[in-house]
Amino acid sequence: MRIRLEKRLTPSRFMQVATPIASVLLTMALGAIIFQLIGFDGPHAIYETFITPIVAPYKWVDVMTKAAPLIIIALGLSLGNQAKIWNIGAEGQYIIGAIAGAGVAFALPNAEGFWIIPLMIAAGIVGGMAWAAIPAFLKTHYRVSEVLSTLMLVYVALQVLSYLIGGPWKDPNGHNFPQTPPLTAAQQLPHVLPGTAIPPGLVVAIVLTLVFWLLTTRSVYGFSVRTVGAAPSAARYGGFDASRTVWTTLMISGGMAGLAGILEVSSQLGQINLGFPSGYGFTAIIVSFLGRLNPIGVFLAGLILAVTYVGGQVAQTAVHVPEATAGIFQATMLFFILASDILVRYRLRVIRDAPRVARAEAVA
Amino acid sequence: MLTFIIDALVTVVGVTTPILLAATGELVVEKSGVLNLGIEGMMLIGAVTGFAVALTYGDNMGALAPWLGVLCAALAGAASSMLFAVLVLTLGSNQVATGLALTIFGIGLSSLVGAGYVGAVIPPFDSLFPDSLAGDPLWRVVFGYSPLVYFALIMVFAVGWFLNRTRAGLILRAVGENDISAHSIGYPVIAIRYAAIAFGGALAGIGGSYFSMVITPMWAEQMTAGRGWIALALVVFAGWRAGRLLAGAYFFGILMTLELYAKASGFSFLPSQFWASMPYIMAVAVLAFMSARDVTGSEAPACLGRPFLPST
Amino acid sequence: MSTITRRNFVQAAAAGLALPALGRSALAAEPLKTGFIYLGPVGDFGWTWAHDKGRKAMLAALNGQVTADYVENVKEDASAIPILKDLAQQGHKLIFATSYGYMDQCVEVAKQFPDVKFEHCTGYKTADNLGTYNSRFHQGRAVEGTIAGMMSKSGVIGYLGSYKVPEVVLGVNSFTLSAQAVNPKITTKLVMIDSWFDPAKEAAAVETLANLGCDVVAQHTDSPAGLQVCEKRKVWCFGQGADMARFAPKTQLTAIEDIWGPYYISRAKAALDGTWKSDNAWWGFKEGTVVMGPYNKTLPADVAAAADKIIAGWKDGSYDVFTGEIKDQTGAVKVPKGEHMTDDKLATIDWYVQGVQS
Repeated sequence: MRIRLEKRLTPSRFMQVATPIASVLLTMALGAIIFQLIGFDGPHAIYETFITPIVAPYKWVDVMTKAAPLIIIALGLSLGNQAKIWNIGAEGQYIIGAIAGAGVAFALPNAEGFWIIPLMIAAGIVGGMAWAAIPAFLKTHYRVSEVLSTLMLVYVALQVLSYLIGGPWKDPNGHNFPQTPPLTAAQQLPHVLPGTAIPPGLVVAIVLTLVFWLLTTRSVYGFSVRTVGAAPSAARYGGFDASRTVWTTLMISGGMAGLAGILEVSSQLGQINLGFPSGYGFTAIIVSFLGRLNPIGVFLAGLILAVTYVGGQVAQTAVHVPEATAGIFQATMLFFILASDILVRYRLRVIRDAPRVARAEAVA
Repeated sequence: MLTFIIDALVTVVGVTTPILLAATGELVVEKSGVLNLGIEGMMLIGAVTGFAVALTYGDNMGALAPWLGVLCAALAGAASSMLFAVLVLTLGSNQVATGLALTIFGIGLSSLVGAGYVGAVIPPFDSLFPDSLAGDPLWRVVFGYSPLVYFALIMVFAVGWFLNRTRAGLILRAVGENDISAHSIGYPVIAIRYAAIAFGGALAGIGGSYFSMVITPMWAEQMTAGRGWIALALVVFAGWRAGRLLAGAYFFGILMTLELYAKASGFSFLPSQFWASMPYIMAVAVLAFMSARDVTGSEAPACLGRPFLPST
Repeated sequence: MSTITRRNFVQAAAAGLALPALGRSALAAEPLKTGFIYLGPVGDFGWTWAHDKGRKAMLAALNGQVTADYVENVKEDASAIPILKDLAQQGHKLIFATSYGYMDQCVEVAKQFPDVKFEHCTGYKTADNLGTYNSRFHQGRAVEGTIAGMMSKSGVIGYLGSYKVPEVVLGVNSFTLSAQAVNPKITTKLVMIDSWFDPAKEAAAVETLANLGCDVVAQHTDSPAGLQVCEKRKVWCFGQGADMARFAPKTQLTAIEDIWGPYYISRAKAALDGTWKSDNAWWGFKEGTVVMGPYNKTLPADVAAAADKIIAGWKDGSYDVFTGEIKDQTGAVKVPKGEHMTDDKLATIDWYVQGVQS
């Protein structure tokens, strides 16, 4: 008699909801015990990290602000990940998107019209796409792995940013610090719902979540992407062009990262400085997989990660735990969620049977 | 002129070695069909462990302390990689996400553990050859390095030999190429991958200890400053071949050192950012060029990153 | 380790808080809650570590009268805003933001909390409840340069920099000018590594400087990595931000110590007695925020005397390294003979003096 993993015909809905919740609860219990043992106020730290951002209304805006770019970038990445096109350089596309969008603003300093923001946003998307076009071109023409090229281009983008803000785009009134001039009022995104502090990025994230949901579940394109990822040869027979998939997924993920970049500039600080690239592009990769490459899942995963970031900061001031604690909590939570993923796709059976092989599918 | 080149070479070796160590480990992991993005985290855990052990036992064990430090760094790296292994191998979790989570974990854990070691120093784990050789302006190019430098070179050749010339290596590659067939022939796919991941973790840990025990014998949070990602890129750059991994690592190391020489020599006709981005641009360009010239391409394992769950 | 100390501090402060409730001391007012946001981890042994030392000095000096919380690893993007707001909402009345990149975030949050006092380090934007502060580290660089000029045999000295920001440029210029004052043939090789903290790259850069003939190296990056290389290569060097002699016991000549304690104490006191006003503080040797570490035992007496003279000159105002005539790298005269540079010009400098090779 042995324990056998049996693949479910369809992923379990119950487990899809239950496992993340159980994971968070487990993390909280484990975290509280361990941190109590090593000399911190464990339960308090856990409370501030996981609960305060949810129950304290004044923290909601912070969570939404942090979640918006993560969700927007991760939505784009999920599409590519379904096709097994690994864009790990969203951070670079995020930076170039911000630069391109802000560049439009700096080129038209006196523009006051309603069209300036849409133009900047368009430029941001195009900028992100252009940066992702390099890996796409190199992959389709020279078979250069996108894992390498997208990652390397992050470092190049960082240098482009550093060059621009320290050279041609340096703020003339900025005391020679490396930063761009501030955007004008007309170039900054207004709050969508007047009177509330809901960040515009979150509204965009909600809309895009629905768009991507329709795209992946209701369109031929979404199907073709999944097929290319799951069975490349079948996709070829089906007439789906692999090289076209490389291009479209990288363009979409690059464009989304670029969009997140310009939204961040124009709705948050209103200028670009050395601190602008803060790792959203990398964290979004986790968000994408944590959300099981599903747009709704990505949205929730983005919120969960944002909660732990914001909560980690609360815990630092309120419970005086070092920042590293938040990272450990976050990683523990991710480990639990990822580990429990198996219960969604498999059921455990105690049964007498000959060994058999099944391949788990990356796309749940 | 000769001493000038030798001086530069010694710098290149220092820049290259930790990346080479971590990348050699990752090569074996990926050859077995597993993609571990947690290199940076494992390196940091190795770095803090190696330093802490060498510091703690420095008084009692003297010259043996750094060896124990490196050994413990390897064990710590391997142990942290087992977290990843259980998740991706036994529980079939997504490798990309799990690897990234391991990096977050490693950064957090090393910071927490290392807080008490900030500001402490240990003697560097330097060349074991007599000073007349290690300190000689010419001979130091051969003898002037930490034992870890020679270890890194030996490992890369050993791994190359193992993968291409041994039966065990052949089996490991078979597991990475086609896990289902390997399983049906009767090879223990999961066990082999566990071993590969542990090996990768050990080498990442040693690579991390190179920072905290050789380059700068001290501990500072996040002192690896992203080298784990360069190691990851290097494996791809090398097309999953050990020989090219060695060449690629030194190619990276030379470009990174050239950047510093260009800046110090006053090459300011181009912005400093241009020199700083050179290694990354060149890495992509060289790969595209080799591919265009149809140099034998990559040997990417077919099962890389795909979960495998035998129903037993 | 440090966390435990911090917890003890908090407990001590909490005990202090409980006293008035017991009626033992009617005079003991509620302690002033101060907050700090840090760019790096407190364990960076560099910039953030020095600020945290200042915070602890304040706690020790104003025992029971203040509490001091901190948040580390705060990114210099928009996410600093909620952290500043949090501190304000939790009742912190005096908040120190210890990196340049928090400037606009401070401006934004200061607007929303008019009764909270903000202090921003190294920036230039102020408001009624937002002051700025910085230290004249370039004063210390002139001491280092004087020593370097006298100790260098090759006439080539090195400088490891991070980014081209006025703070760093000032240091490079001060170092070079003061070295040239004792040896006119001095040239400075400058390497910018485009990062504040990357020990391995710092080490490689210092090694490169040594390879290119520099026999004295100063640094403006955060880790002691460069010093460890100097020790190995027998190159003279200087500690950055703290006495780093244990990293280079033989070759560290002296160090510039960032001492923020006096400033934090004075501002907390001002906030306690109600005299706090938004200010633009730029302290130096005189006020005690720039301090030179102990000299290397092997430093010749005449060199030490020359260095002491520079320190004394800064303290009594008789010395200013930025006194004309000063030429830039192209040979153009930037400061005419006999003139001084104003604070505004110093704070925005973006050109290197003649003799800097970058």
